[in-house]
Order: sequence, then structure tokens, then C-alpha cells
Amino acid sequence: MSDDTFDAIVVGAGPAGSACAYTLAKEGRSVLLLDRGNSAGAKNVSGGRLYTYALELVEPGLYERAPLQRKIVREQIMLMNDRGATTVDYFDPGFGEAVPQSYSVIRAALDEWFAGEAEAQGAMVAPGVVVDGLIEENGRIVGIRTGEDEMRADVVVAADGVNSLLGQKAGLFPDVKASAVGVGVKETIELPDELISARFGVKEGEGAARVAIGCTEGISGGGFLYTNKGSISLGIVFNPEQAGRQTRHIQDIFQDYKMHPAIHALIEGGTSVEYGAHLVPEKGYHGIPKQLSRDGFVVVGDAAQFGINTGLIIRGMDLAIVSGLAAAKAIIAAKQPADVGTLYRQQLEELLLIANQQAYQNFHGIFEISRIFREYPALANDAMQFLFRVDGKKPKPMLKGLLDIVKRNVSFGKLLGDGWKIYRHI
Amino acid sequence: MTIKRLSPEELLGLDRFEVDESNPHIIVDKAICATCKARPCLVACPARCYRLNKEGEVNFEYAGCLECGTCRVVCSDGGVTSWNYPRASFGVSFRCS
Ligand SMILES: Cc1cc2nc3c(=O)[nH]c(=O)nc-3n(C[C@H](O)[C@H](O)[C@H](O)COP(=O)(O)OP(=O)(O)OC[C@H]3O[C@@H](n4cnc5c(N)ncnc54)[C@H](O)[C@@H]3O)c2cc1C
Ligand code: SF4
Ligand code: SF4
Repeated sequence: MSDDTFDAIVVGAGPAGSACAYTLAKEGRSVLLLDRGNSAGAKNVSGGRLYTYALELVEPGLYERAPLQRKIVREQIMLMNDRGATTVDYFDPGFGEAVPQSYSVIRAALDEWFAGEAEAQGAMVAPGVVVDGLIEENGRIVGIRTGEDEMRADVVVAADGVNSLLGQKAGLFPDVKASAVGVGVKETIELPDELISARFGVKEGEGAARVAIGCTEGISGGGFLYTNKGSISLGIVFNPEQAGRQTRHIQDIFQDYKMHPAIHALIEGGTSVEYGAHLVPEKGYHGIPKQLSRDGFVVVGDAAQFGINTGLIIRGMDLAIVSGLAAAKAIIAAKQPADVGTLYRQQLEELLLIANQQAYQNFHGIFEISRIFREYPALANDAMQFLFRVDGKKPKPMLKGLLDIVKRNVSFGKLLGDGWKIYRHI
Repeated sequence: MTIKRLSPEELLGLDRFEVDESNPHIIVDKAICATCKARPCLVACPARCYRLNKEGEVNFEYAGCLECGTCRVVCSDGGVTSWNYPRASFGVSFRCS
């Protein structure tokens, strides 16, 4: 690099940007890592749970230094109706052994730590900087603008998240569509750590992750709950397009979820300490823009709309880290900036990010079945009530009772059709 | 120390904001909103920055904005004419999300 040109400027110190800057700096490259938050993470909201393998790819053992919350050993699926809930609880201590599979995380802490790690490797980290433009010369991106200042680099990495104003400014893709994202709202609720362990049946340092279906008033989306150290992350993700077509405010639906007896019992005695909102890429493989780079410019993480949501597992942070790593490897291997794009594609393949996205590529279609978000969870609870109720009256014959419940919630035709649709999409 | 249903104001009251009084980062054209029928912003903005006033007009207030981007993507009639992040050091700062 020449004196005033960085090898790379990374915009955004989320998991994607910090993984990229960390890897570049470790290889001795000159990197500037910028973030608009007063500290890295100050603008970020996630569920969330981080799958550890991604940090392991960046550097084995790196996760041991990270400010992680609880290692997740309980995976829970809750089907709700107005009255009650049916929860499937899968306990697997193996998820917590060796390198634990995943941890709950708080982004303010995680992101600040990761940016600090990049800095320790030699990256220059500057929070409190909003990048508002790109410098283009002869068809190449050669730097960024922030207010009156300009900074130059061989490659600009846009790790600026799901709204990626920079990717749009570079002309790589149009703005995201409302149907391709989810809007997440979340409350962080402080609760004594021992109480969390007791309520969720886990040991100290271990935790539960829960997805909830049937809490969105029929809007495509779902609830989540993660146990942290001394707090619980509770939220809902809605399809904003569908949310905008009905009349109840998403805040109200979220508060209903929080006050639902099955949730309330878990958070009772706690204190709400923060309310956040954020978009999340929801379209999976088919949401990824065709073009992820141009000369002197690459997009990584949410900016590239990487993300997997199967309804049970939600992945974005891990893919952000893997793609940040892929971009760094591409920049390191490139003989000239123009080669970065092709090498980045290769790295995304090699690191199996594309294979992971493809494996779930049709899942998004399942969420077009609106009954998944109201009728089926209701059906599950009605069936449970029928199976467990004892009141001394003459019970209906088992089969007839269950068939009546199915009929009350959905028609058999719809049930078969939906079953077929799900089968085709997985 | 008890969990209760929180009002929109109470929810935003949990957060830390530094409002850039002189510079709205989102510009909404009221004239366009006046003729907008669908108005998805009213229910989909997580901060309720879009509200109906007594005259039934859409009012936009950027002070409690959580900078999510939802209004930009759901806006049906183009009333959100400009959407940006607040200037450095302004806007919301999350501590534990
Ligand atoms: C409610 C919710 C729940 C989720 N749950 C999970 C989960 O459980 N597990 C999981 O793996 N993923 C989850 N995700 C997805 C995950 O949060 C994202 O995939 C991940 O944060 C993407 O990382 P990133 O680094 O690409 O982008 P981000 O984390 O969004 O980081 C982008 C950074 O860029 C900065 N920035 C943006 N524009 C500029 C600019 N112009 N100038 C300077 N800085 C800028 C921002 O301040 C931010 O720090 C969830 C998302 C939401 C919304
Ligand atoms: S960016 Fe989000 S919080 Fe801000 S006004 Fe738009 S929808 Fe509301
Ligand atoms: S959707 Fe857009 S045009 Fe319609 S009222 Fe809301 S901001 Fe205005």
C-alpha cells in the first residue's frame, strides 16, 4: 500500500466486519475498521445465539476469549394459542461438550470484544464514524467518504448490515424488499442468574433457546427466547409486509406474547432494561444478490443477505463471520484488487457457506403457508387439551375426538395440501 | 421488578437516545402520506414513530427511531423520501441487545 492507502477499509464492526478485519490484520495487512456506533455493537440487535464453529474457523480457541452468555443445551419449540402452550424440549448435554455448539450472546458485549480483538491484531478501529459515500475512480471503488473526510483503500468491504446503503450506492443491488426481511422486536429482561437456571432446568453456564410459533396473530414470523447470564432475551420477528396489512401494532402483539401465561411465568420478577428492533434477512439462498462485488468492493454478512431460518434454527451471525473470513482470505490471496470478487466467491464455496445456504434454499416457501402461524399451533394445543382433560364426563372416542379437533382448526384438504407443500420444500 | 405490559413510551424510555435536534435522518413527505391508503408504517414501525393525529393525518416523529429500516422497506407510496442513519454519535445506543 502507499502511505495513505489502506489495504482494506471495512465498514461495519458487526461479526462480519470484525471477522474480516481480524483476519486481515493478523496477516499483517493494513486495515481500517469503521462503525457508526459510539462503540461497536451499540447499534446492533440480535436474538441471539451464536454457533461457535464460525469463530473456530477464524481461529481455533478464539471463542474462549469471547464474552459469551450460556452454552445452549436445551432446544425448545413452543406452539402457542391464546390459552396455553405445547412445548417440545430437547435436552442434549452433548451440545455443551468439547467445543460447545452454540452460545447465547449480547451484541453490545460481543461486538465490542470482537472489534477489540481485531485491534489487538493491528487493525485500526474507529467507532463513531458514519460512512456516507464511496469514492469511485475509473469504474473502481477506491475509498469511502465520511462527512468532509475521504479515506482510501485497495478494497472497501461493506459489512454494513441488512440495510446495506453502501451496497446500494455501489450499484450492486436495489433496496431489499419488505417480503425478503423480517422485523425483529426484542426486550432484554434482567433476572437473577440462579432463577434462570432453575426455571429452565439448566446448570450454571448452560442455557435454553426457544422458538415460539402461534404468537404472531397469524402473521408470518415467530417468537424467540434466549437465556443469558442474568438476563433473558425475548422477542418476535414479523414479516413486515404482512404486519403492515393488518391493523394491530406489532408492539402490541409483542406485549401479548410477553404477557402470555406460558412466557410470563418464565420472566416474572424480572426487570425490562432495553427495547430494540432490527431487520433480519429472511429469504435464504434466493435472497442473496447475484452480484456481491465489483472492482475494489465486496459485501459480506447481512449486507449480502446471508441468513438461514428453518423455523427452528436462525443463523446470521455465523454466516456473517464466515463471509467476513472469506472476504479476508480473498483479499489476502488476490494479486490485484480486481481479483478479489472471484476469489471471494471461491472462498464462500470452500468454507461451505453457499452449501449451507443451498441446503435450506426452499424453506422460505413453507412460511407462505399462513396456517403454520395460527391454525396448526392452535390444533396442537386443542389436541393436547383433549388428550389430557379429565372431568368425569363421558370422553369422546379417541380417534373421533382428534379428527374433530383437526376439522375445527383446518379442513382435511388444506391439511393434506400443506403437508405436501412442506414435503416439497424441505 | 415486575413484568408488565409496557406502553410505547415506556418501551422507548428503556433506551438511550441522543437526538440530533436539527437534523432528521429520515424525511417523510406528508403530502404523499395524505393520499396513502395502506399506511403500513402505522403498525410496522417498532418505535411507533408514525402515528395518526386528530385530523387523521400521518405524523412522523424521528426522535425515538430505533434505526431498523422497516419504514423504508414497507412504505407503500413513497412517503419516506429519504432514509439515512443519524449522524455520528446521535441516535439510539444499545447496551444489552
Ligand atoms: C431479532 C433478530 C434475531 C436474530 N437472531 C439471531 C440468532 O439467534 N443467531 C444468529 O446467528 N443470527 C441472528 N440474527 C441475525 C444476525 O443478527 C445477523 O445476521 C448479524 O448481525 C449479521 O452481522 P453483520 O456483521 O453482517 O451485520 P450487523 O451485525 O448488522 O453489523 C453491521 C454494522 O455496520 C455498522 N454500519 C452500518 N452502516 C454503517 C455506515 N454507513 N457507516 C459505519 N458503520 C455502519 C452498524 O453500526 C453495525 O455495527 C438475528 C437478527 C435479528 C434482527
Ligand atoms: S427506521 Fe425503524 S424505528 Fe425508525 S422510523 Fe423507520 S421503522 Fe421506525
Ligand atoms: S406507508 Fe409511506 S406513504 Fe404511506 S403513510 Fe406510511 S410513510 Fe406515508
